[in-house]
Amino acid sequence: MTTTHALAPAAARGVAHARGARPRRLTPARVGVYAFLIVAALFFLAPLYVMVVTSLKTMEEIRLGFLFGLPIDLTFEPWTRAWATACTGLDCSGISPGFWNSVKITVPSVIISVALSALNGYALSFWRYRGANLFFGLLLFGAFVPYQAVIYPLIIFERELGLFASLPGIILIHTIFGMPIITLLYRNYFAALPEDLFRAARVDGAGFWMAFFRIVMPMSVPITIVAVILQTTGIWNDFLFGSVFAGRENMPMTVQLNNIVNSTTGTREYNVNMAATILTAAVPLAVYFVSGRWFVRGIAAGAVKG
Amino acid sequence: MASVSIRDLDVSFGALTVIRRLNLEIEPGEFVVLLGPSGCGKSTLLNAIAGLIDIADGEIWIDGKNVTWEQPKDRGIGMVFQSYALYPRMTVEGNMSFGLKMARVPKAEIRRRVAAAAKLLHIEDLMHRRPVQLSGGQRQRVAIGRALVRDVNVFLFDEPLSNLDAALRTELRVELKRLHRELGGATMIYVTHDQVEALTLADRIAVMHRGVIQQLADPKTIYHRPANRFVAGFVGSPRMNFFTGRIEANGNAPVFVSEAFSQPLDGYAFIREPAPGAAVELGIRPEHVRIDADRGTHVASVDLVEPMGAETVVWSRLGSASLAIRVDGDAAVQPQERLRVSFPGDRLNLFDPETGDRL
Repeated sequence: MTTTHALAPAAARGVAHARGARPRRLTPARVGVYAFLIVAALFFLAPLYVMVVTSLKTMEEIRLGFLFGLPIDLTFEPWTRAWATACTGLDCSGISPGFWNSVKITVPSVIISVALSALNGYALSFWRYRGANLFFGLLLFGAFVPYQAVIYPLIIFERELGLFASLPGIILIHTIFGMPIITLLYRNYFAALPEDLFRAARVDGAGFWMAFFRIVMPMSVPITIVAVILQTTGIWNDFLFGSVFAGRENMPMTVQLNNIVNSTTGTREYNVNMAATILTAAVPLAVYFVSGRWFVRGIAAGAVKG
Repeated sequence: MASVSIRDLDVSFGALTVIRRLNLEIEPGEFVVLLGPSGCGKSTLLNAIAGLIDIADGEIWIDGKNVTWEQPKDRGIGMVFQSYALYPRMTVEGNMSFGLKMARVPKAEIRRRVAAAAKLLHIEDLMHRRPVQLSGGQRQRVAIGRALVRDVNVFLFDEPLSNLDAALRTELRVELKRLHRELGGATMIYVTHDQVEALTLADRIAVMHRGVIQQLADPKTIYHRPANRFVAGFVGSPRMNFFTGRIEANGNAPVFVSEAFSQPLDGYAFIREPAPGAAVELGIRPEHVRIDADRGTHVASVDLVEPMGAETVVWSRLGSASLAIRVDGDAAVQPQERLRVSFPGDRLNLFDPETGDRL
């Protein structure tokens, strides 16, 4: 008798244990949390939904005014028009030249600004040259200067250099404005690396560049991913600098999008505008979706030692 | 074989002077330990020898060459760090050969030297692992190996065993001593705050405090004839017992008199005998206090008894001062007991309370 009694609860415990791995039962608090999350998601997704369905409708259907209705007469024509033939003034080549302009601006700007910032953060953290703190303070100050305040002096500066309204001109601007915050990012990451590591490298005979490329950079993959994501989305989404410094030939996608959407001649083609907007936003969205996980990991890596 | 010579070294961080007018001569092949509490400047001194920090003044000579302005790699040193400082993205082999690759040593020679160091340190099986896959003891072996392959004559150790647990620390300590013997003539400078490491490893110990070397001597002298009050109090555990009092003349033999007891000083070898009436501080190590029920002249009352296995530490009071006594592990001493104790005259230490110097 006693043995069976002793065994029965043990078996029951075994079952309970197997159940333990499953999610806990629905409590009122949990229902509330999920309800809130769903409502919030719907709220933020609603505009995107409207954009997508509108871009797939014909203009006749849009004029009926059913904003949330699914397209009855599904068409992809607005997308091809947005990409290749939408007009800004007299120029009817769509948003694609802007896309390629943005690529030509973003890729070199990201590479140059991240590379220089990494080097900058490295020098600030490990080589502590005379005046390094003052320099870092000035750089931080630069991170908080409102862009609008310095645009005019920058125009003069670039004109004197002969770079105004050119591709190198806009790349230079993005590099300059990206460096303070990315340098800060790298410096803080490097500050958390053990300094003994760098000292060991110096005893081993690694100079400034060798220690940078062979020791420091291989340990900086997480923070470099963060820096690249921040810079890519930031530069791709830029409107102000692009419209001022790029010049007519090199207008980035954001500026071209504005020109299409705000075009005052002819009828407003809402479906084309929506398609063009989604196309423009696609790159930063893709960057976030693909690298979101690394992004969070990199941000966290900056906070802990090792 | 290389000597190290530090001449009139000054190091300061901003307005704070960390090392002032420091001179230190280290013989070729010598094992010198820099011992002191944290913040005494011992690691700073080591980093200055390595060339990893800027010095304010003075010269550093290694192997008869003035290296004050040389890069760390050109000083002929190998260094081992407390945090191991292994390159995390390289294998053990990569870590050990990195310095040689930097120096453009031929590949075959790199392989030979790395293999030899690995054999010496018993880490041949670990060569293709990454540092994260190693235990603390293994990491420190690799770090030592990285210093060994550099084929230098001076090794600098910055608290290399501090991050290890007690058992490993003892094991690696013995191994370091063996290594020093096997390398035959490598000069080693070793920073620690652990006096056991210092006393077991060193040919000579430099006890440092506030950026100044308090005493530079062999371990026995440091322990038995500390040059000042700081060294006496810092080295030894439990630490030396101290009593304040005065010198009085009894005939022509001086006597130490405190509020609780008087102690004749006939066995004491004075460096400089103070005048009668002068204030002095008397020190005696816990293991030198003799419990003597018949002839003990001082009476101590026991507060606490701490059995430690091989030995027992008795914490007692003598007048208002505390007195620690180290006795055999099976000695039967009870709290509240009154013990008659005596201080052997040749085991005493006398210090000038003003300067702290040994008398």
